[in-house]
Amino acid sequence: MAKYYAESHEWIELDGTTAKLGISQYAADSLGDITYVEIPASGKAVSAGDVLCTVESVKAVSDVYAPVAGTVGEGNADLEADPGALNADPENTWICKLEGVDAGSFDGLMDAAAYAKFVESL
Amino acid sequence: MDESLLKTPLADEHVALGARMVPFAGWYMPVQYKEGILAEHKYTREYVSLFDICHMGEFTAAGPGVAEALDAALARSVADQKDGVCRYNFLLNDAGGVIDDLIVYRMGAEEFFIVVNAARIAVDFAELRKRLPASVKLENLSDATAKFDLQGPDSLNVLVSLGLDAAALPKYYHWAKFNLFGLDMLISRTGYTGELGFELYFDAAHAVDVWRKLLACPGVKPAGLGARDTLRLEMGYPLYGDEMDEATTPVEAGFGALLKLDRSARTFVGSGALRSNPPKKHLRGIVLDGRRAAHTGTPLLLGGKQVGTITSGTFAPSLGCAVAMAYLDAGAEVQEDAEFDVELHRAVVKARLSPLPFWTHGTANPKA
Repeated sequence: MAKYYAESHEWIELDGTTAKLGISQYAADSLGDITYVEIPASGKAVSAGDVLCTVESVKAVSDVYAPVAGTVGEGNADLEADPGALNADPENTWICKLEGVDAGSFDGLMDAAAYAKFVESL
Repeated sequence: MDESLLKTPLADEHVALGARMVPFAGWYMPVQYKEGILAEHKYTREYVSLFDICHMGEFTAAGPGVAEALDAALARSVADQKDGVCRYNFLLNDAGGVIDDLIVYRMGAEEFFIVVNAARIAVDFAELRKRLPASVKLENLSDATAKFDLQGPDSLNVLVSLGLDAAALPKYYHWAKFNLFGLDMLISRTGYTGELGFELYFDAAHAVDVWRKLLACPGVKPAGLGARDTLRLEMGYPLYGDEMDEATTPVEAGFGALLKLDRSARTFVGSGALRSNPPKKHLRGIVLDGRRAAHTGTPLLLGGKQVGTITSGTFAPSLGCAVAMAYLDAGAEVQEDAEFDVELHRAVVKARLSPLPFWTHGTANPKA
């Protein structure tokens, strides 16, 4: 399934009922060099808009929000040692997975084209 | 951009290089260029970076009695400073609080060059004018003077490749005059990074030309204020406004030994207060567990009680963990192996005291 975006600059990609999520190029660029990525604890149930975890850069701290409801699954362990991987390729580097995600809950999110337009308006 | 910000002559160059521009001390400055703060920091420690520091201030003080007058006006002695020497010094108020930290260059028997922080140019000039006799001419050359910091282990090689005589380049905390690119330049072996480096002062009218020529040297890359801050923090160097202010004495900031208060009877503005009043706090280095940084104002907790406050903090790129500087309250009983709690955004991390500098492999002044 295609990638969708939240106004808070997370992207989410669904595969069955498991979704991968990360932050957009725009978010990574705004943050600057990322020095720390908090990987959320597995098993935590979240609603759309809940704070999932935190990403820190040299100059800023930013919360990552759950774009849709689900249960936190596997986290990307590579980011612990190499948080800079998020800067190198944010659109293809996932932070964590969400389980039990309902495809219908994506209606409020933007597709790539709509998100690109949204970013232009900022 | 906020139109009331001041611009150095290089503002358009930075934008053209893809810099992210931010306000700093009322100036429009590059916080980073395209490669980012971490890359710029590491490149400075390994190779050589060029920083636009035109925003800082420069004064000349010259005339009969200037050395004695500065000696009474500043915290460290000036009268015994030799020609060619640069000395880190402080302008204090009557309570011993720091109005600014600055570097004094002795140009001659009756001539000094003083480099001050950008945010304090007006305050410093007014205060020095008050303290110096009418026989001393005090000039503010800040707008007419460009300042570039060329810092990194390769910095000396860059200057030599441009034709400067290696043997003539100044020793650590000394200065000398050179002709570079056909211009008269004052070059000191000083800096804010802990690496071998130089500060270049010359006529601001040629700033863009010199900037482009230095960046054209193989291996020289621009670095912004973000890297300048991570570099200086790794060295435990204070930043006026964070580690020092008018309510903080140089003794509290850890520079008591430089002032020689006990070893000399010299009086200067603030000496009475410094000799009478014990320090209320002590500046210390702090290392945090992990990569998450604590920033200015964060309390340092010991057993649930606040024993100090962080003045500056960052992820330290050369160390791989977060470091900070903090004032410990003089009254707080803190053991050297104390384990502090630091509350961060949605987390509490442990921290402990560390000797300074955090980065111990700096090349600025290697022991022979």
